[in-house]
Amino acid sequence: MPNSPSDAPRRVTVQRKGPLLLEGPVEVELEDGSVVSSDRFRVALCTCRRSRRYPWCDTSHRDRA
Amino acid sequence: MEDLRDEPLLPAPRGPVSSAVQAHLRGTGPLPSEQDVDAAPVYGDDLQLALYLCYELHYRGFAGVAPGLEWDPELLRTRAALERRFLGALRADARRHDTVDDALAGILVEPVDGTGVSHFLRDKGELWHLREYAALRSLYHLKEADPHAWVLPRLRGRAKAAMAAVEFDEYGGGRADRVHARLFADLMTDLGLDTTYGRYLDAARAELLVVVNLMSLFGLHRSLRGALVGHFATVEITSSPGSRRLAEAMRRTGAGPAAEHFYDEHVEADAVHEQVVRHEVIGGLLEDEPYLAQDIAFGVDATVFTEDLLGDALLADWRAGRSGLREPLDQVAQDSTHTS
Ligand code: FES
Ligand SMILES: [Fe+2]
Ligand SMILES: [Fe+2]
Repeated sequence: MPNSPSDAPRRVTVQRKGPLLLEGPVEVELEDGSVVSSDRFRVALCTCRRSRRYPWCDTSHRDRA
Repeated sequence: MEDLRDEPLLPAPRGPVSSAVQAHLRGTGPLPSEQDVDAAPVYGDDLQLALYLCYELHYRGFAGVAPGLEWDPELLRTRAALERRFLGALRADARRHDTVDDALAGILVEPVDGTGVSHFLRDKGELWHLREYAALRSLYHLKEADPHAWVLPRLRGRAKAAMAAVEFDEYGGGRADRVHARLFADLMTDLGLDTTYGRYLDAARAELLVVVNLMSLFGLHRSLRGALVGHFATVEITSSPGSRRLAEAMRRTGAGPAAEHFYDEHVEADAVHEQVVRHEVIGGLLEDEPYLAQDIAFGVDATVFTEDLLGDALLADWRAGRSGLREPLDQVAQDSTHTS
């Protein structure tokens, strides 16, 4: 049988620190009901809630020294 | 028939070594002597411009220079001598970490009160600083991602797929108007700069040539593929926070929408690229070729070193109220001999 990528489950990568990585494109529905989208091949979703471009990661999760 | 070629003009030489390389490119003189190559300060204008001339033949070439000189054995011998000095100096001068994780740890932490160029531009940058900065960086950004494309055939599997995916993003995901080099040209237009490829080479100080030569050096040698990957990771990791500061500088000075967009796009894109490069490209390469770990770390360390070299030189000039370019910008913009 030919490989059918559409049948494959979409992989999400989680890490203890840093964003959730998803295969793009994605649409994200925010708490207020608005929807934002990204058509990048991979999308980094902010999990630390510190991003100034929420829901996208902007590296604000990094340690500061 | 009209000449449709639009290769950049050869820049003015900066000493005996670059002068001799240039003469060879024009077919009018011998290559530099070994003594001249050995005597030139390694991060200085003369040696770095000579190397830049050699490398540029692999990108767009120069007007009036035979394209075949790209593979001229005599010129390649000179290039190798220049590279030996450059690489030797980098290995001696860059801080060296033993492991990739150690090398990356330093750049994965954000300083609370940083003192780099992007901090300066965010807090104190005036339009003329931003124009100088963009003119300098245009030597790379107008060929953004090109030096890194050379590593693709030298990678396999996971590392190759991930590297190609990031490069695809750098090249606009198949859309010409989103190619990052094009977004940078749009930024330059907002800042009233000339977007002609190679236009600001004469204005670019030695430390900027060092930064761009480093990428070409790593990109052109398969033996330095680990260093290229380490270099690329460093660029992607440091870009996102730096781009945010530069976007703020563009907004504050009213540089224009395209100028803001270039850096806004890089805040978001490089937050992703960083993850992909660290986990997939470095991770994949280390799985395939674990013995490259030290090379990857060296690529990180050398990139940090050369960026510091540039940042320190630029800030020293700007803090003293001086131009950070070799030729002031307005004079450059009026000089019609370069744009004809
Ligand atoms: S996870 Fe990266 S900014 Fe929140
Ligand atoms: Fe980019
Ligand atoms: Fe990037």
